[in-house]
Amino acid sequence: MAQPIRVLLAKVGLDGHDRGVKVVARTLRDAGMDVVYSGLHRSPEEVVTAAVQEDVDVLGVSLLSGVQMTVFPKIFALLKEKGVEDMVVVAGGVMPDDDVVELKKMGVAEVMLQDTPPNAIVETLTRLVTERGAR
Amino acid sequence: MAYTPSAELVGRVEKGETFAVARLISRAEAGVPEARAAIGEIYRKAGRAHVVGITGVPGSGKSTLVGVLVKKLRATGATIAVVAIDPSSPYSGGSILGDRIRMADVALDPGVFIRSMATRGAVGGMAHAALDVVDILDVAGFDWIVLETVGVGQDEVEIAHASHTTVVVSAPGLGDEVQAIKAGILEIADIHVVSKCDRSDANRTLTDLKMMLKEAMPGDSGWRPPVVGVSALNDQGLDTLLEAAARHRKALDGPAGERRRRHIAAFRLAKTAETLVLERLKPLMATCSADAAQKLSARHSDPYSEADRLVGEFTGENDHD
Repeated sequence: MAQPIRVLLAKVGLDGHDRGVKVVARTLRDAGMDVVYSGLHRSPEEVVTAAVQEDVDVLGVSLLSGVQMTVFPKIFALLKEKGVEDMVVVAGGVMPDDDVVELKKMGVAEVMLQDTPPNAIVETLTRLVTERGAR
Repeated sequence: MAYTPSAELVGRVEKGETFAVARLISRAEAGVPEARAAIGEIYRKAGRAHVVGITGVPGSGKSTLVGVLVKKLRATGATIAVVAIDPSSPYSGGSILGDRIRMADVALDPGVFIRSMATRGAVGGMAHAALDVVDILDVAGFDWIVLETVGVGQDEVEIAHASHTTVVVSAPGLGDEVQAIKAGILEIADIHVVSKCDRSDANRTLTDLKMMLKEAMPGDSGWRPPVVGVSALNDQGLDTLLEAAARHRKALDGPAGERRRRHIAAFRLAKTAETLVLERLKPLMATCSADAAQKLSARHSDPYSEADRLVGEFTGENDHD
């Protein structure tokens, strides 16, 4: 039997909008994944510490506050500092198209915007983890 | 990406390296065959940490209690690892692990390690690999390991066979004294905690539990489980609880502790054997069960006969018929 994919869903900074991330959490759970939810108002340090301790396959950061270009560089720097090379990092939420291009250059594997259907999120995460291989 | 062999991770776990600890835990949880020897090696090296099991009904405040307790324990200089178990969905197999949210205060402390686990079909309030995970954290050097079960009902008592000190959390307002004298979860407590003691009906629960214990026969260790009222909100009773846990840890120094450790080891052996048997039985079930289920649903056979045949297939007894 395949192991459930482990995902940390995180909300960072002064962003109180968690309806979307909770819907995604449920969708992933119903697709058979183990989902750790961080709760609101976490710092990049808290998110990365949790992701490393939980050893998740996927770190998903939900952002509706426009701070993606500040948050993701910090997250990648912290992951590097902790010696984690094989974590899939994805972003979700509402953000400008130009940022999406920049985020992908930075190492974000996929950016799922507000109009992404739930099953597409499941498919994307499954594909990314399969491509990564055993760890 | 390079696969780090589990044997290599063992040495790094001993040095307390977070990444190695987290990765070996994942492999134990996944039951990766490559990791089995490494986890065996971990078991031989473990045995230093004190394991506190925390159990109670859903919503009784286990995670909140763990959060504040860890903070208090850290203040004494001790390091603590928390294993928090939440339920898997019986339908999809997935889970939402939310215990970390209540432990945000200690999340960035390097002397604290928190890991969430899903039950993945295990009954009894624990996850299959929880005890392997405890050993890994033990070898990583944590002084205390807090094992928080899923919210349990009345008879998920496995935690008592896995921890040195078992804490049962009761919330006020969930039943009268008849609930308190029933068999099951209340019997396994080394320490009783009544949570949410900022509420007015907590006294009733405290009294019911104390009455129940007064009527109970003392155990062979001579330890009498104290009843501690706590409020995480008002920082009430937490020092008393820690003191009780420290006293219980001390009480296990002598022969009572040796008995407990042997009991835990025997339980561990039985559980592991169970896992191995199931692992081998499962493929057989997959091939034989469709046929048997058809016979059963048509009432052409009975469950005992079919199960007997299945087990006979497994043990090879059917060959001698």
